[in-house]
Amino acid sequence: MSDLERLVQLLSKLPGLGPRSGRRAALALLKRRETLLEPLAAALAAAARNIRACSECGNLDTTDPCSICADARRDPGLLCVVEDVADLWAIERTKSFAGRYHVLGGTLSAIDGVGPDELRIPKLVERARGAREVVIALNATVEGQTTAHYVAERLGETGASVTRLAHGVPVGGELDYLDEGTLAAALKARRPL
Amino acid sequence: MNWTDEAIVLSARPHGESSLVVQLLTRSHGRHAGLARGGRSARARAAYEPGAVVEAHWQARLAEHLGHLRAELLHPHASALIDDPARLLCLAALAAVAEASLPEREPHERLYAATRELLARLEEGEGWGETYVAWELLLLAELGFGLDLERCAATGATRDLTHVSPKTGRAVSAAAAAPYLDKLLPLPAAGDLAGWLRLTGYFLGRHVWAERGEPAARLRFVDRATTSGVSRL
Repeated sequence: MSDLERLVQLLSKLPGLGPRSGRRAALALLKRRETLLEPLAAALAAAARNIRACSECGNLDTTDPCSICADARRDPGLLCVVEDVADLWAIERTKSFAGRYHVLGGTLSAIDGVGPDELRIPKLVERARGAREVVIALNATVEGQTTAHYVAERLGETGASVTRLAHGVPVGGELDYLDEGTLAAALKARRPL
Repeated sequence: MNWTDEAIVLSARPHGESSLVVQLLTRSHGRHAGLARGGRSARARAAYEPGAVVEAHWQARLAEHLGHLRAELLHPHASALIDDPARLLCLAALAAVAEASLPEREPHERLYAATRELLARLEEGEGWGETYVAWELLLLAELGFGLDLERCAATGATRDLTHVSPKTGRAVSAAAAAPYLDKLLPLPAAGDLAGWLRLTGYFLGRHVWAERGEPAARLRFVDRATTSGVSRL
């Protein structure tokens, strides 16, 4: 296999790309060798060399512990449990959470055969012993919430207060277009105005 | 080939960036899979949560193809259960057991009706434990391994039934069971959910899950039923 074919094959494995778009991406890179291809190759090599999972929370960073765990301004008594790093980034984008995180690495899944032993739950229990509150921020799906209840049960022994994200109407959401489940959850969780 | 049918979503596995391979329990077409394009979008995702009752439209060029699936949400049961760990575990067990046990494309209309009944009970929060056990007993019967718990296999007696034969799945009275107590399975009391789950689990394991093993979601449900006791379920 030539270098070009190898490049196309690897690019086409990226999310959102197939063989055709992999070829287009390879051509675009080769046409802009100095401004795109070489910096990208250097960035990929640096990422492969330096980025590691944080041994505390499971976040990806160049340092261990990661910059979030090492940040003294963050509240060590407040932990937020997320499924994966993409969810951590989503919560960080809100700029409304000043605690620390714990990345589970998945959810309990009957389909994929993921059981409690495959998730980073023992480490979470260990960390929660020193926490005041643990916020469980898992997806509002059957798998996500089954995992949330399991995690909450495991955290019962730690003495930390366990909370979860609210379920309800998204900002900008029109009631007419919401599914009944979300609307029912929003009604159940209504608050005084 | 195409059909439209009422169905219950059993599972949805991500396929590519935006699609799902969905397993349904349909009213007239049995357990059926299909590819739902765009099923992972925020607007469509709720229709493909386990337990959701949908109107499913399935289409394929040939009957043996996976086919394309479009589902319109009729009732999302999961949202009513999301705050209750025991009922949520029961829903997950129901979906996993149906997927692991039923052959594809073999209609089981009685089981479909029983599944709708169980989902309704789960949502009401009353009598769902007993209904789940009845559902597994019906599942065994639909698959050809029904238990006969009405009369004693040895004497024909209909009273004082205390055990079940692990070979035949038939009830045994206390008098007939006495010499074989170490070989027979106990017949649980009416409200002993954990005991009934052990009994149905034994026969499902023996006849249906011999190669694949018991679904993990059911194991977690049985574990909760065993550790929490019936009263907390």
